[in-house]
Amino acid sequence: MRVRVNGEAREAEVEPRTLLVEFLREHLNLTGTHIGCDTTYCGACTVILNGRTVKSCTLFAPMADGGEITTVEGLAKDGALHPVQEAFAECHGLQCGYCTPGLLLSTLQLLKKHPKPTEAQIRKGIAGNTCRCTGYQNVFKSIRVAAAEMEKR
Amino acid sequence: MYAAPFSYHRAASLQEAVKLLQELGEEARVIAGGQSLIPLMKMRMARPAALIDINSIPGLGDINNSQGELRFGALVRHADLEHSAAGVTVPILHDCAAGIADVQVRNQGTIGGSLAEADPSGDWPTALLALDTSVVCVGPDGQRTVPLEEFIKDAYTTALAHDEILTEVRVSTPPKSSGGAHLAFKRSAPVYPTASASVQLMLADHHTCKDARIALGCVGLTAIRAKEAERALRGKPLDEKNIRTAVEAARAAADPQSDMRGSADYKRVLVGVLVKRAVGIATRRARGEIVEAGHEYAGR
Repeated sequence: MRVRVNGEAREAEVEPRTLLVEFLREHLNLTGTHIGCDTTYCGACTVILNGRTVKSCTLFAPMADGGEITTVEGLAKDGALHPVQEAFAECHGLQCGYCTPGLLLSTLQLLKKHPKPTEAQIRKGIAGNTCRCTGYQNVFKSIRVAAAEMEKR
Repeated sequence: MYAAPFSYHRAASLQEAVKLLQELGEEARVIAGGQSLIPLMKMRMARPAALIDINSIPGLGDINNSQGELRFGALVRHADLEHSAAGVTVPILHDCAAGIADVQVRNQGTIGGSLAEADPSGDWPTALLALDTSVVCVGPDGQRTVPLEEFIKDAYTTALAHDEILTEVRVSTPPKSSGGAHLAFKRSAPVYPTASASVQLMLADHHTCKDARIALGCVGLTAIRAKEAERALRGKPLDEKNIRTAVEAARAAADPQSDMRGSADYKRVLVGVLVKRAVGIATRRARGEIVEAGHEYAGR
């Protein structure tokens, strides 16, 4: 299969049953995308495929053939964190960090659709991402700060 | 978790997909969004020997509105419908689409896959049963159109032959003075609802119901048309007494099972509450009010 991952062309031969998340982690060594529940629930494996967030534990890798993928590794540019990453760091939007790659990508998707999200839009936007540490309050704060920062730029 | 091994085939056209289904036989399955099939395969509850991926077939993701009919290609994602004009015209469709699981699943899962899967807890069978819906199936002998009520036979069982593909969902645009609502209660965003109810009403005047369709989800082996409940409203004033009769009839029509989502008794109570609320919202919408409604879950 051939895909573009974080702007780079990648090619690999995979068994059809390989999950997209395993393809990213095992074949491309992009271990920023996490496997959490492995049952389409927690969203730790969230990546952006052709402009839309998906749970990469719930796609067979060949289904992404020819596609464009963004993973958490694609967010920082030239050593500078993406504003969404900065906001999560500044606002303590994480504790253990396991869910963070997925939350970052869901936040990007949310802010693309709603640059100034309401509380309800934030709740709906990250409903598919489970965090067991934060209680979400600092995640909400991070998303609001990220929205304000991205509007400035 | 790994699915059992299978061969993977990407079909470029409908004709090719049907041909592959014929060649590969009954152990082959069609995959669209995969949001139900892939988890089932990972848990080894499904072990197809071959998957035919229809995602590259052109035209299957289109939404068309013509001649009093909305036509949704099988590959229309829940998220496409959530943000479509069709959801504004027919709010019950928006309620359903916008409440299924979470953003990621809605981006990938399809309306056609949901009907072909026929999960008793799926939202689409319930919402679409409250509307006048039929599905188009294409096989080696051409296409046929099947009313939704005849399409879903049992839990996870449809009228599709093994070499047929569901290609389109057709919904008659409801007449003027109509309104509907699809309400569901779920324990958290990504899971199936504990119970759901869809109500589509047409008003004769401000207080009188001309026609009603009521469907219940998660409380039987398939989505259930609550026809007694419909009769309790059809041609009658939408007053407290008639609505109470309809709610009682809907509860009686439900046939829930106790499971980890709740006891049968609890689900029967829940479905009654959802029908009552849905009748209220459907009535207000039929009168022209804009009302937000949909899935309720903790943290929303």
